[in-house]
Amino acid sequence: MTTVDASVRAGIGTSPRRPDGTLKVKGEFAFSSDLWHEDMLWGATLRSPYPRARIRGIDLTAALALPGVHAVLTQRDVPGAKRYGLEIVDQPVLAIDEVRYQGEPVAIVAADHPETARRAAGHIAVDYLELPPVTDPEAGELLRRVPVRTGDPHATADVVVTGEYQVGMQDQAFLGPESGLAVPAEDGGVDLYVATQWLHVDRKQVAACLGLPEEKVRLSLAGVGGAFGAREDLSMQVHASLLALHTRRPVKMVYGREESFYGHVHRHPATLRYEHGATRAGDLVYVRARIVLDGGAYASSSTAVAANAATLGVGPYEVPNVDMEASVYYTNNPPCGAMRGFGAVQACFAYESQMDKLAAALGMTPVEVRIRNAMTAGSRMPTGQVVDGPAPVAALLARVRARPAPPPSTLDSRELPGGVSNTTHGEGVVRGVGYAIGIKNVAFSEGFDDYSTARVRLELIAGEPAVLVHTAAAEVGQGLVTVQAQIARTELGVERVTVATADTSVGSAGSSSASRQTYVTGGAVRAACQAVRATLLARVGGADLMGDKIVNAAGMVVADLAEALGDGPVEETVRWRHRPTYPIDPETGQGDAHVQYAFAAHRATVDVDVELGLVKVVEIATAQDVGKAVNPLAVVGQIQGGTAQGLGLALMEEVQVVDGVVRNPSFTDYLIPTILDVPPMAVDVLEMADPHAPYGLRGVGEPPTISSTPAIVAAVRAATGKALGRVPIRPEHITA
Amino acid sequence: MDFLQPSTWDEALAARAAHPGAVPIAGGTDVMVELNFDRRRPPALLDLTRVTPLTEWGTDGDLLRVGSGVPYRRIIEELGDRLPGLAMAARTVGSPQIRNRGTVGGNLGSASPAGDAHPPLLAAGAEVELASVRGVRRVPVREFFTGPKRSVLAPDELIAAVWVRPSAGAGEQFAKIGTRNAMVIAVCSFALALDPARRTVGTGIGSAAPTPLRATAAEEFLAGALDWDSRGAVPPDVAAEFGRLVASAAAPIDDVRGTAAYRRHALSVLARRTLTWAWGGLP
Ligand SMILES: Cc1cc2nc3c(=O)[nH]c(=O)nc-3n(C[C@H](O)[C@H](O)[C@H](O)COP(=O)(O)OP(=O)(O)OC[C@H]3O[C@@H](n4cnc5c(N)ncnc54)[C@H](O)[C@@H]3O)c2cc1C
Repeated sequence: MTTVDASVRAGIGTSPRRPDGTLKVKGEFAFSSDLWHEDMLWGATLRSPYPRARIRGIDLTAALALPGVHAVLTQRDVPGAKRYGLEIVDQPVLAIDEVRYQGEPVAIVAADHPETARRAAGHIAVDYLELPPVTDPEAGELLRRVPVRTGDPHATADVVVTGEYQVGMQDQAFLGPESGLAVPAEDGGVDLYVATQWLHVDRKQVAACLGLPEEKVRLSLAGVGGAFGAREDLSMQVHASLLALHTRRPVKMVYGREESFYGHVHRHPATLRYEHGATRAGDLVYVRARIVLDGGAYASSSTAVAANAATLGVGPYEVPNVDMEASVYYTNNPPCGAMRGFGAVQACFAYESQMDKLAAALGMTPVEVRIRNAMTAGSRMPTGQVVDGPAPVAALLARVRARPAPPPSTLDSRELPGGVSNTTHGEGVVRGVGYAIGIKNVAFSEGFDDYSTARVRLELIAGEPAVLVHTAAAEVGQGLVTVQAQIARTELGVERVTVATADTSVGSAGSSSASRQTYVTGGAVRAACQAVRATLLARVGGADLMGDKIVNAAGMVVADLAEALGDGPVEETVRWRHRPTYPIDPETGQGDAHVQYAFAAHRATVDVDVELGLVKVVEIATAQDVGKAVNPLAVVGQIQGGTAQGLGLALMEEVQVVDGVVRNPSFTDYLIPTILDVPPMAVDVLEMADPHAPYGLRGVGEPPTISSTPAIVAAVRAATGKALGRVPIRPEHITA
Repeated sequence: MDFLQPSTWDEALAARAAHPGAVPIAGGTDVMVELNFDRRRPPALLDLTRVTPLTEWGTDGDLLRVGSGVPYRRIIEELGDRLPGLAMAARTVGSPQIRNRGTVGGNLGSASPAGDAHPPLLAAGAEVELASVRGVRRVPVREFFTGPKRSVLAPDELIAAVWVRPSAGAGEQFAKIGTRNAMVIAVCSFALALDPARRTVGTGIGSAAPTPLRATAAEEFLAGALDWDSRGAVPPDVAAEFGRLVASAAAPIDDVRGTAAYRRHALSVLARRTLTWAWGGLP
């Protein structure tokens, strides 16, 4: 349980301290990798060294013979469904007769020491017949194609720009590797403590694979060390549970850093071919685009990623004629799935690069051409959906443009490209500025029944009113625990609020993804608080709760809150949904697919050492409409973090895969930005209420990641004059 | 695994001789990574951190003797003025935590082609002092590396110190390319030492060949081409030729960190730039 600081009023719109903040800074926060149970065993996973192979046989003898080994299991030991998956049930719990990507789990071991478990895994003899991997998506099997067509497919225009763009495979690079603890229960079920993004979808899949009814699989959220989409799919959940049920002992599994690169999906690498047509005045006439996404070996959430890329693929612009197609394919590359931005990131890099090309062809500035074509409230998406909330696209661009330019860098090496590595004292350094804006859907789309459940109890504790909020919503570091407490305080006027640990003893909250939790679980907590309030008022015949007094319609006090609670606690559980969405037409992509749209704009200022190809991002100015900043500090944190993640994709982050094999599965060579890479950020938060959303709020988490990448690339292009059609940019792309 | 903890240098040498399989450990910033990744499973570790003399430095005649266990942070703080090239390299190593623990002796012990201490030691013409129960020998750094992660260190030897001439007016520079602005393994690196008293040029190239190496032809060319008397600006064609010779001394490969072509290009740029800085910085 987490008690939120009660000494302040700390309702919505304030920034109370997060309960996990100090613990994390001091290294005292208990992550899922810190779980411990008496008598526990340690699990380990044997993974395929090959991207594609047939399994001719597995010999467990030597592994089982190792002292300290309690179980060695293969797919034969999976009692229920042998496959799982978020959208398509295609991924084996443990490889069945073949492996389809490097790192695919083949067998699992439980032993009394992690070292013994790892060694035992090494003693399993697998007889592989290597097969040539399919690594080019367009040579692979089609998983989903999403067309979006509107207007005249043969439209022509006076000014035409084309481009081909590529996005490399980005990793979520969370710091807390996949881990959890499975404890066998007396009823034959299992209690699973795990770091995940959605407890109930894990439960559904784990129960199916274990052949157990869902109520016998109980999940509690353990400390999550970052997620960013990488915890949407299962990793060790079924494995640890299988081992626990098999050995009748608690089993803990913790992936190592290298293993973690094989233990979760990545962002889809993409090739995007675009053609934009515009009038000489600069009005977009048409966009034609073909987006190819590499789905890797299993489906994960690829089908939804492709839908996002297609439906958001022209960006936040009014375009009368659109011929768009996003296709995702199976290959023998690492599976790809959810990552912050979810299909919108790849598309934004391409359409924003195109907008810059168009501006150049028209002789306009990048911001001019964008503002001229910016969508507004009431605009129609290429899917036919009307954007019925605020869409301050032009305003966001104007705001970042209006920010004062950062001063020239001093000759302090920490401010120069190359940093303390002393590669320049100013030689070759050229400044560049670039702009970008992006669009993202908030919450789940295409008719998905997207809801959250909240249980709220108002009661007297030691004579004082206190609130307990219980949801299954995963706190993944974004600050959701704090937000839930803020909402309860605002709705019930009670300062003392406790947020219970998320688990499956309450209904599903849906996923902590798609920028949706403050909207959907926030909406559920608010609705549950309102239900509690209604019940309480009915109890004493009151009409309103004013502070700690209950008043009647005439404004007369009828009872103290404490009095009213004297008869016992009031508890309500509410399942809350956002307004429905609808599937899109499979041929035309038409349909009201999305709940809400969110927008962010970035202006990047960079210094590039054009001779060495090294980049220093000097400053980023960003503006984002959040509808209502429920927790302003957390909002700024999301914007800074998301922007940094976009910077990583622009300049350094890539899982390098050659012939299906990952070349850099470590933080030695998968580089993420350090403090010398992340610049000061000027963050401008707009609050234009969305009439359809709780408190008018808008999802915050993903938009900053989307447009920061193309803004930085645009700035590097401005400094170097290079086309730079691929991210991450490498020094040799600039110097070649 | 045994953990041997000698507290004197003699005990350390004796332990080294008695346990040839034991792996010496100083800061542990390479050793612990190897153990964690299960790349190595030695029967014993030989902890050198209690051998105080290894963490000391001092002058001996006109040379500096720097104990192999002096961490990077102290090289920056205590020797920055006397060994500016090595200090610049030390500043680029890892993060503050790594600079607190990691040592030059450990860098030499690992003998990685990417070790950042190596190019400035090569450029400065340093020597490595190796010791065993059999005795002590001094090996020029340029003869120390024999292959990727291999050196002349004998199984019963330990690295005692490096001997290096303090720059005292020499122009020393170090520059390193990485794809981010801190905490990065070199894509390639270059060190330069200009000694106006002896009219010599020293170079060191990192991460661009199986071992760290000197660009000998570039050194000889530059020593002859520089106008040591007037100290006039380096003519652009001299700088360009120096850059070209440095690049051609390297034998880089394509790998996850960069391409061979980029490494050569970057080395030529770094050679030109460091030359300008070092020459301009001479007293
Ligand atoms: C996060 C991180 C970042 C890093 N960044 C860099 C970087 O930017 N640049 C760089 O060059 N390196 C880097 N390294 C590698 C490492 O820090 C350096 O190589 C460092 O110099 C090693 O010193 P140490 O004292 O920790 O060596 P140890 O790990 O203790 O030993 C390294 C090797 O030397 C041997 N050894 C140590 N002392 C002696 C001795 N006296 N006699 C004989 N053999 C000995 C050991 O047996 C071992 O083989 C990094 C490492 C990490 C973990």
